[in-house]
Amino acid sequence: MHAYLDFERPIAELEGKIVELRQLAGNDPTMQIDAEVGRLQQKADQLVKETYARLSPWQRVQVARHPGRPHFCDYVKHLFDEFTPLAGDRAFGEDAAIVTGLARFRGQAVAVVGQEKGNDTKSRLKHNFGMAMPEGYRKVQRLFRLADRFGLPVISLVDTSGAYSGVAAEDRGQAEAIARTIEACLNLRVPLIATIIGEGGSGGAVAIATANKVFMLENSVYSVISPEGCASILWRRPEKAQDAAAALRLTAQDLAGLGVIDAIIPEPIGGAHRAPDEAMSTVGDQISRALGELSHMSPDDVRRQRREKYLAIGRDLK
Amino acid sequence: MSWLTNFVRPRIKSLIGAVKSATPDNLWRKCPACGEMIFHRDLVAALYVCPQCGHHMRIGAPERFAQVFDNNTFEELIPPEVAPDPLRFRDEKRYTDRLREARQKTGRIDALSAARGTLDGLPVMVAVQPFDFMGGSLGMGVGEALVNAMQSAVDESRPFILFVASGGARMQEGVLSLMQMPRVTIAVDMLRDAGLPYVVVLTDPTTGGVSASYAMLGDIHIAEPNALIGFAGQRVTANAVREQLPEGYQRAEYLLQHGMIDMVVNRKEMRATLSKVLHLLMKRSKPHAVLPLPPRVIAGTVARVPGGA
Repeated sequence: MHAYLDFERPIAELEGKIVELRQLAGNDPTMQIDAEVGRLQQKADQLVKETYARLSPWQRVQVARHPGRPHFCDYVKHLFDEFTPLAGDRAFGEDAAIVTGLARFRGQAVAVVGQEKGNDTKSRLKHNFGMAMPEGYRKVQRLFRLADRFGLPVISLVDTSGAYSGVAAEDRGQAEAIARTIEACLNLRVPLIATIIGEGGSGGAVAIATANKVFMLENSVYSVISPEGCASILWRRPEKAQDAAAALRLTAQDLAGLGVIDAIIPEPIGGAHRAPDEAMSTVGDQISRALGELSHMSPDDVRRQRREKYLAIGRDLK
Repeated sequence: MSWLTNFVRPRIKSLIGAVKSATPDNLWRKCPACGEMIFHRDLVAALYVCPQCGHHMRIGAPERFAQVFDNNTFEELIPPEVAPDPLRFRDEKRYTDRLREARQKTGRIDALSAARGTLDGLPVMVAVQPFDFMGGSLGMGVGEALVNAMQSAVDESRPFILFVASGGARMQEGVLSLMQMPRVTIAVDMLRDAGLPYVVVLTDPTTGGVSASYAMLGDIHIAEPNALIGFAGQRVTANAVREQLPEGYQRAEYLLQHGMIDMVVNRKEMRATLSKVLHLLMKRSKPHAVLPLPPRVIAGTVARVPGGA
């Protein structure tokens, strides 16, 4: 069953009517509903299109967090063959909030990394809602070293509200773990391609998104702080999250305008959660093109391109 | 000549002048930790460490420079110009207004000042990220000033010392502040590639996107006593996990125990420690002890500041 967001209520009502009609017709075969269903469906489709054509930044935050949106593990199933997860940082433990592994992407051997939020209570707890611990980031550093040694491009799928903040994370050096992972991204001599598939939450996202190419799905967000966090600090009122979401300029469209990302990947009408397979295939196509573009660069040039790109960010802004 | 050198710097200089004359010799300061009233001149002589309880007060760039460079002689780098408010950010106040207030309050352009000079004869670059300028927050101005200072250090073969205090990324610059984490990390790697030491002095407080990037990437991590250092602020952690925070949590001594820093150093020993570490890393002979320095002018008062001896 489809989960509706608050602003999708009119759509939910229309689609609810269609379901109701079909149920009624199921009980009474003499009822003629095709014309009515067709009319309602057209109206609903139109409404979805109109609603998604003018999403506010806060609504995009809701879509980016939609529980039905494809998550890392869905992408792994849809885009990769022979996925072989690799576990552990070899120092403290295994952190399922970040998943790393080897795989084949459209025939090519690659390394894969990304946060997984989970999609039910059990898996959400297992993956700690996609909020990684220091050992998760140190596992990424290990994957990067492996990818570098064997010349495997790295595909990163970013989806986290942020790195975990708690006593255990602090005790094991969350700040240092993130810092070193950013540095590891910057020193890779193989292509690193990052796509924000849902939420790009602050340092926890940057740690795996400091890439040669950074893409954002049309309804994903990437921000220095959550709108709720920003509202409670700057406005001192968490309910000002809508205003904060607009002020932070965190949508894909904003980031493309600021020159922080390389491209926006369009989503199916009504968001990635309405047609997950289509959304994931489009992401795959974009990654594939980027891999092609980077494939003839030397290892030194790959590293240099990434560093020059980041140094240039913001320098042309007025 | 840029807008900065023509307009802002003279204005800033006049502001600093105004601040100086507003600090008379007979001013008393209250220690924020123990409440002890301290004579301003004694406080300067004690390097802003409370003589009563040992509390290390938060200090700015001029004080740090004076405490590190030989004979308080140094040349400040002109901070690079950046887009002032690319997001046109406004919460209950305009970001541009907040910036203007911070500039007026501190007499500084942004939360990063860098200068070149010598430490016991060794040429060094020193950067200070003070908390009093918008919580030492990291935005494009700070990021670009650090990139510029680290690049200059590479060009001039100077080891780099960073005194840092910061609440983290500057929210008012949105994702552009976040991008300073990788940007400054690139500059840190330039120091590494050039074989130059990068020493971070973590001071109270250092958290967020600053600790989660260049502040935790030092070759050597030194912290001032009792400095708060961590990824998430304590309120965030306490709210998020509803756990009882351990004794001394996120304090310098706690981080030392957890292996995140090399040493906790009292401000009175800081200069000597930095000098020793840098001379060893640079394979220079043991520095001559710098005996009591000539009187110097700090904040409008004539004070004797103990040197590294």
